[in-house]
Amino acid sequence: MESDSKAASAVKKAGAFGQWLRDVVQTQGGRCAIPVYILLLLGFIAPLVMVLAFAFATPRTFTAFTSFTLENFIHIFDGSSSVLMSYVWALAFAALATAILTVVCYPVAVGMVRIFGRRCSMVISVLFCFPLFVSENVRLYGWILFFMKNGILDGTLKMLGGAGPDILYTPGMILFGICYTYLPYMLFPIVLGVALVPQDLLTAARDLGASRFRTWREIELPLAMPGVLIGMLITFVLAAGAISESKILGGQSVVVITNDIDIALTYSQNWPQGSAMAVVLMIVIAAVTLYAFKKIDLEKILGR
Amino acid sequence: MEYTKQGKHTAEFIWIWTIIVLGFIYLPVVCDGISSLSKGRYFSFPIKRWALDWWAKTVSSMEIGEIVRNSLLIAFVVTILSTIIGFCGALAFARFNWRGRKLFQKLILLPIFFPQPVLGLALLLLFNTAGITLSWHTAVFAHLIWITPVVTLVIAIQVYGFDPTLEVAARDLGASKFRIFREITLPLLWPGIWSGMLFAFLLSWGNFSLSLYTTGVDNTVPKWLYTKMIAGYTPMVPTLGTLSTLVAAAVMIIGGLCVWAVRKKQGRA
Repeated sequence: MESDSKAASAVKKAGAFGQWLRDVVQTQGGRCAIPVYILLLLGFIAPLVMVLAFAFATPRTFTAFTSFTLENFIHIFDGSSSVLMSYVWALAFAALATAILTVVCYPVAVGMVRIFGRRCSMVISVLFCFPLFVSENVRLYGWILFFMKNGILDGTLKMLGGAGPDILYTPGMILFGICYTYLPYMLFPIVLGVALVPQDLLTAARDLGASRFRTWREIELPLAMPGVLIGMLITFVLAAGAISESKILGGQSVVVITNDIDIALTYSQNWPQGSAMAVVLMIVIAAVTLYAFKKIDLEKILGR
Repeated sequence: MEYTKQGKHTAEFIWIWTIIVLGFIYLPVVCDGISSLSKGRYFSFPIKRWALDWWAKTVSSMEIGEIVRNSLLIAFVVTILSTIIGFCGALAFARFNWRGRKLFQKLILLPIFFPQPVLGLALLLLFNTAGITLSWHTAVFAHLIWITPVVTLVIAIQVYGFDPTLEVAARDLGASKFRIFREITLPLLWPGIWSGMLFAFLLSWGNFSLSLYTTGVDNTVPKWLYTKMIAGYTPMVPTLGTLSTLVAAAVMIIGGLCVWAVRKKQGRA
């Protein structure tokens, strides 16, 4: 019986895949999607399959699909290495950066949608977009020049008779750098979210005597929430895999998980170990993403 | 308008806050610029002697000339390929109503919602196993994976505003498929295509995380800067960093004006 239902579901899955393939090949829209699908297959699915295959290979070997072992995963969790700590750091940085950026970006987004006017908002969004086109290491290096000894801040304060704080190469600095790099990724989704809120509803609520806070809490925030959530999600995911901030601003004070993966795949040439660490990271990220999309009940959060 | 009037203090606060956040965003860029203008080998502020020495050295350096050429070459090839693929993708995304569309719209977002360093490392693993030598070719491929989805979205926005009945009308009047494409579809979508190209070029030019693992011997500007950054201070780092920022700004402004002009012309026609 069970094998029957299994077979049936397998047939169903194969049928769904066949249907998908037919849709792609037989419709005009589907044919237009083919180049993108090929690119994603070769450049996104294939490397991830490779990572998955290597994660189960014998440590320090260079062929996948020929051996099967859980050793690489056991090594992550058995406490003999500092890898677990790297996950904690990376996820803590990501969670904190997400929280901070939500608060920082929300007022800016409200301003861009409702206060600055069309022309000013255009200019401001271009100004916020531009840093995405400058590589993050150049921008992060500017912070080194700002915070270093005899740097811009230290030098200025010395002229005034003080001294700059010694905060470079600390975990706090990495968090600062992550907030800095990923700010636009949080801002633009929130702008889209706030733009979804009809102005009339806010006016109506105010006219009916709701306080400004209540209007925000009960009308604006729930309606803007899809955008805010997307911003939080993309920021969290990207920040969890960030590496430049810890490499450039963090010195060697803290190792984040992408650092460990980097080292395993390059210097120490232990591809299976690095792959296993990447798989665990991707599982965590995927779990958070699915959780965000499924479990977070907007109505419940906002108490309606 | 009632709402904004009542929130006058809120509006003031939001203006000030936005200016502070913008200042925060651009402060390190300014720091790069300032330190590139110092004469000394080591940076200390306030700057005692201002000079353009490091700019002269950077611009005349053969090594830097070559990595700038690499970066430009990669950005050009990425722009062309991602725009062609992204154009087709945008039609699938927004023009045609087909059964697999919803799924396609989700799948294409995956590379954007994925940490770039991890994608770069995964690609490195793939190239290594497949025995592909890293060069600017592999860097182009890596850039395409996440730039093409962005370009697709940018062009798709234009496609949403496209009136498909124009194509039908042209067909009814006996125009061939190719002619409809060349004389109706393409001209109407030009502003979106230009914007997509602009995004592609700029994102490739400034990309660090993917280039770091996939360029091999063909250094790009961001990757070269990184190797110098961790090796100790040289004034060439802020200088080339500022130069690359200025190139991006110039491309964005000129390209943006072109897109604006195309839109304006189309609006009148």
